[in-house]
Amino acid sequence: MRRFQWPSVLWAALRTPRGAVGLALAAVVVLIAFLGPFLAPQSPDALVTLTFAKPSSHFLLGADFLGRDVLSRILDGGWQLLAMALAATALGIIIGAMAGISAAYLQGAPDSIIMRAVDVILSFPQLVFALLLLSMIGPKPWLIVLAVGLSHAPAVARVLRAATLDIAERDYVKAVELQGMRPARVMLREILPNLSSPLMVEAGLRLTYSIIIMAGLAFLGFGQPPPTPNWGTMINENQTGLSLNPWAVIVPAVLIALLTIGTNTFTDAVARVAIGVDRRPEQAALVDDLSPELAE
Amino acid sequence: MATARTAPPGRPIGTVPPARQRGTGVRRAHPLLDLAGRRLVIGLLTLFLVSVTVFVATEVLPGNAASAILGHNATPARVRALSLQLHLNRGLVDQYWTWISGLFTGNLGHSLAGGQAVWGLVQPRLINSAVLVIVTGVIGSVVGVTLGAVAALRKDSWFDHVTSVVALAVTSLPEFVVAIALIILFATVVLHVLPAVSLLAPGVYGWSQPELLILPVATLVIVIVPYIFRMMRAAMIEALESDYVEMARLKGVPEWQVVLRHALPNAIAPTIQVIGLNFLYLAGGVVIVEVVFNYPGVGQGLVYAVNNRDIPVIQLIVLVLAAFYVLMNILTDVLALLVSPRRRIPR
Repeated sequence: MRRFQWPSVLWAALRTPRGAVGLALAAVVVLIAFLGPFLAPQSPDALVTLTFAKPSSHFLLGADFLGRDVLSRILDGGWQLLAMALAATALGIIIGAMAGISAAYLQGAPDSIIMRAVDVILSFPQLVFALLLLSMIGPKPWLIVLAVGLSHAPAVARVLRAATLDIAERDYVKAVELQGMRPARVMLREILPNLSSPLMVEAGLRLTYSIIIMAGLAFLGFGQPPPTPNWGTMINENQTGLSLNPWAVIVPAVLIALLTIGTNTFTDAVARVAIGVDRRPEQAALVDDLSPELAE
Repeated sequence: MATARTAPPGRPIGTVPPARQRGTGVRRAHPLLDLAGRRLVIGLLTLFLVSVTVFVATEVLPGNAASAILGHNATPARVRALSLQLHLNRGLVDQYWTWISGLFTGNLGHSLAGGQAVWGLVQPRLINSAVLVIVTGVIGSVVGVTLGAVAALRKDSWFDHVTSVVALAVTSLPEFVVAIALIILFATVVLHVLPAVSLLAPGVYGWSQPELLILPVATLVIVIVPYIFRMMRAAMIEALESDYVEMARLKGVPEWQVVLRHALPNAIAPTIQVIGLNFLYLAGGVVIVEVVFNYPGVGQGLVYAVNNRDIPVIQLIVLVLAAFYVLMNILTDVLALLVSPRRRIPR
């Protein structure tokens, strides 16, 4: 098995139709999110016109429930959501990987303790877990990132533990163990590089869920405090004006949807390449059950 | 006089005692009960740890809980008074024990927001959410299984490709996007045939006003069907390509019988696991849907409680949801064993 396969896997995934479409969709939304603040015509917080005004030549998407320009708020309201989702995903992957690899490699007591903790956290629905942690301290951005990241860790741990159990018995691992390499080094230099495929797929899945959960939390009112624009919050606060100016709700919803469809489709493409579906077409049908909950 | 070399009574010398049959020596426990029992014990342990986690998150984390609740109104006198009311002056283990024993005796405390008994607040919400979950589960399972079976039967047709792509897209969508899309389509912008909110009056439950249930249920069904569809399709394809189906066809069994009596039952087994997992998912999924449609269930109750820092209500709802999670996990494992006789043989 070659090390550092991930660039070639990613490139191969990009060349499949699903991969190309997925990455394109996600890239479009990411561009809007990160370049948007520089392109916004108005200040996102300025009260410029009537509440729920229809789109006009000045305000291309109309106004929201307070009379602010919807277009500017949309251009400004994506990057923080995305940045927090990326941070939460990274946190979840790092913690989950450390926990899962250690549990599988060290076996015994560490394995039992870690898997017990995993079971406990996995007994909560992710959103409920995040709400639980946010309930006492309130929706501070660092706490939102921490809560969502922690809720991802157990699922990642389970997947990587299963993958590590597979690898830990291989000859090259045994060889360096016999040479006296310390466990931490073995895990880092021999096991981790060979886990690139499950890691990438999990990272993609977790990123999709991070975006969904954080947008959901923002929708419920647990995003950044107003008046900061946030796509999730915008969907909620403008819901009452659906019959007057639906664009204030439709556009952020469509952007979030395109982003999550894009990341999920690209992750699907990566998973297919990683499993080598092209070489084994009879397994193609079975790859379709890429449900996250089944990734145990 | 018997010596050590005498054969055991009742058996002539020189014969070999009959070979010990499997299971006649030490009595083996029934594998299903064995598994269920073990899972239950682990589940109870997990539940205990879950309750500790809930307790820690709500009563132990930074800051005095009383001053967190009072927020800006926190004068020293008020903080002291509220601390006494919340028993915060006692030790942590003591507080935990008060809460847990209260759960078993039925004394669940009083809401910090309105003062009503917590159970009185939560119970009707539980019923409402249960109605939502059960109706969604039944409809979603039927639709998912049917679509999956049809897609497998018409593999590689346009139907198959379209449904697979749509399924992948829908699994990526956040729930509130689906909910808002349905509201826009059916309630506010395009058509006006269904209510945009599902406000049930207190004391009224879903079955007396079914039109209020349509959109929330439709949202949740759309969210879970793709997972069931994909699993059913994959399992059905595998079943249709297996040896026993080929044998049945070679025997001359009519195709509909092959599908219904040979392929379908074997495809259902892994699908039931996915259906169970989706029930699990619904425990958390109801939160956003209930808030979007203003449906008075536990999800909405939890969000209100978190906004008001209503600790007893938060604790109870989260504990109930987690308990549901653990129980559904056990049930799904046992069900998977029931439908797959292969797995019952102890290894």
